[in-house]
Amino acid sequence: MCATCGCSSPHDHDHAHDDRGGQVIDLQQRVLARNDHLAEHNRTWLSDRGALAVNLMSSPGSGKTTLLERTVRELPAAVAVIEGDQETQFDAERIRATGRTAVQVNTGSGCHLDAAMVRRALGELDPRPGSVVFIENVGNLVCPALFDLGETVRVVIMSVTEGEDKPLKYPHMVRTADVVLLNKVDLLPHLDFDIDRFVGYLRQVNPHAPVLRVSARTGAGLADWYGWLRRAIRCQVAVTRGGHGDLTKTDSPVVGGHPGVGEHPHPVALQPVDSPP
Amino acid sequence: MHELAITQSIVEAVVDRLGEARIASVRLEIGTLSGVVPDSVRFCFDLVTEGTTLAGARLEIDQPGGRARCRSCAEEFSSDDPIMLCACGSADLDVIAGQELTITAVEVV
Repeated sequence: MCATCGCSSPHDHDHAHDDRGGQVIDLQQRVLARNDHLAEHNRTWLSDRGALAVNLMSSPGSGKTTLLERTVRELPAAVAVIEGDQETQFDAERIRATGRTAVQVNTGSGCHLDAAMVRRALGELDPRPGSVVFIENVGNLVCPALFDLGETVRVVIMSVTEGEDKPLKYPHMVRTADVVLLNKVDLLPHLDFDIDRFVGYLRQVNPHAPVLRVSARTGAGLADWYGWLRRAIRCQVAVTRGGHGDLTKTDSPVVGGHPGVGEHPHPVALQPVDSPP
Repeated sequence: MHELAITQSIVEAVVDRLGEARIASVRLEIGTLSGVVPDSVRFCFDLVTEGTTLAGARLEIDQPGGRARCRSCAEEFSSDDPIMLCACGSADLDVIAGQELTITAVEVV
């Protein structure tokens, strides 16, 4: 049956239906096909360089840039950064002050990065083979979820000042996370934040992603984060060589680690869930 | 408000495929679990199509419902709730319908 109009012809090509007054053309085209196509190019380009691309997503004020500043200082790996914000060069300047390379993308009225923006930025950034490329998305827990950038892994950062119910309020993004960082844990003694409740809510939309408790300010828990990144780098190398990786395990115990889980939610651990076939 | 970018992608895709042809209507599938709000797309559509071959085109949106298969008990069930839980209590699911975001057809003048 024709999916467009319900007629009985078994055609799957462009066709006319004169009874509608005009010619109806069957498209069956994914709206984000162009973005996803460019994202696949980015993924291949990065993979050919043995680079791990990390898409960092969070709400504004979660401490994303502070975490990234510290990470790029302390991670013993080649690192390059793409900074996404609506306006200003502030974040790229903060990263460059650490001695690392950074390119700022200003989205103007846009509320998210897309694959075309990342493609241009990668060309400018020209990361060394084997680099970790951090892509700091625009601070927003809604829109970035839909746009595949060609990243290897997706990281969602939430902070204890945001309330435990954030995972349920923004399920689309949380569902796609490969790891969740809970930042600002140094503030826990001053707050009523209930970590068990947070993890319980998170598990309702993402049963497997490890939850790492960190403080970008004090450095607490960052060893777990770096350990997870090292595993991701090893997985990237394995995938590049045709193997598979599992990022649900970490080097250290984590909060709310799913007991008995040995299988990543994505069929191939390093492919984002929304990536095209 | 990613619906503005989504709507721009729709217009670009139609123009890419059909060139100069004047478009009388566009038919979309926006699944209930797609993360895209049909009313926001409708709101953006007239703005984005202005001055293009889609100007004045009718917009028809089908909204397929959500459906998932539980990885724990293999049960299949329908739900339009983005926070999906199987009756067995598991949230470990394969979403098998409801995430559609597709231009199904256009009608040219």
